[in-house]
Amino acid sequence: MTPTRPHLAVYALVSTALLAPGLAEAHLVATGMGPICDGVVHFSVSPEDFLPVVILGLFAGLRGPRQARLALFVLTGAWLAGGLVALGGFAPPTLVLAVGTAVLFFLLGGLLAWNPSSPPWVVLSVAAGVGLVRGLDDLAGAPTSLADVAILGGICGCVLAVCALTASVTLPLKRLGLIVAVRVGGSWMAALGLLLAGWIIRYGNRIH
Amino acid sequence: MMKDSRGTYSVRKHGALPLFCAALLLANQADAHIVAGEAVGFISGMEHPVGGVDHIIAMVAVGLWGAQLGAPAVWLLPITFPLVMAFAGFLGLVGVALPGIEIGIALSGVCLGACVLAELRPPSWIAALLVGAFGLFHGYAHGVELPPGENALLYSMGFVLATGLLHATGIALGFLHRWGWGRSALRGAGAVILCGGLYFAWAAIV
Repeated sequence: MTPTRPHLAVYALVSTALLAPGLAEAHLVATGMGPICDGVVHFSVSPEDFLPVVILGLFAGLRGPRQARLALFVLTGAWLAGGLVALGGFAPPTLVLAVGTAVLFFLLGGLLAWNPSSPPWVVLSVAAGVGLVRGLDDLAGAPTSLADVAILGGICGCVLAVCALTASVTLPLKRLGLIVAVRVGGSWMAALGLLLAGWIIRYGNRIH
Repeated sequence: MMKDSRGTYSVRKHGALPLFCAALLLANQADAHIVAGEAVGFISGMEHPVGGVDHIIAMVAVGLWGAQLGAPAVWLLPITFPLVMAFAGFLGLVGVALPGIEIGIALSGVCLGACVLAELRPPSWIAALLVGAFGLFHGYAHGVELPPGENALLYSMGFVLATGLLHATGIALGFLHRWGWGRSALRGAGAVILCGGLYFAWAAIV
């Protein structure tokens, strides 16, 4: 098809419009599309939130469908509980939560890298820890309102979806090479946790 | 707009106009208030491990040696090195003293280069122990040098990813090992790394 003059003009306009940069308001949680979308976007642009969920999903997936299902619901439930506690004004200081996040990064990454044959309570305890700490941190200091509960709902929906998706990646894995690749990812996560812990001790909370 | 020889307008002929318009809108990040050397985020974290040739040759050598040794060393070494490195980085960050860092880093190039050159095949646990010991020096140096910044998590992500990618580069190059000429090339690379290590050792001592 040979474009005519109007086609070229539209082409130019669309090209330029696509490249027009917008303001990055990731942590202002203001998408303009409602609090649930705000929660979804907050989770999507916060590596301190989605990284542990991804790693936990991969780890739980390697443990089989039963543990993966349990971890999925324990993680989401704990995240919801942590968020509600924070909205109630009972969140610990952010420095404590930052250290907790670094420790969880190390623990989760180490577990995935080691990949031990562990009883279900191990993965469930870690899931509960991740959910509580991140839920508390996400909503710490937020004003208690219906909108904030909806934001928490958006975040928890994302947690459930991402954890289910990542667990489904490792559930069917049988080839050693692919499992090793996942475990290497776990070792990187553990390294990240160690660096983060040292950084927090030296410079204070610098996660956000 | 001009018509072409067939009297029609073509994207091929006039494609420069929208491209030019688009290029005008490619906005650069405003770096005005970023202090040089600060840990700004993911990219500055990625730049840190590749900022020194002494670090690069050692990390690539780990990958090369792992590929020469085959499984399980091919994945055991790239897991050991970043983990020990991060632990040493933690020690450096919290202020634990560790002497002889520069010499240790230079010796890592010498030893790992020699291992690749000679295609040494020790048991996996000895190889992991050796690589871990050298990772200690590299990690500590990085930990001491880590600058303050605004986002430790993104910076650390870039830092760990760049380290892993350097190992992956070594492993990818190590696939040459399946061919005869490739084995010679890898041993040649080991010789280059050994020479680099010797140079850095000389610089550290003098």
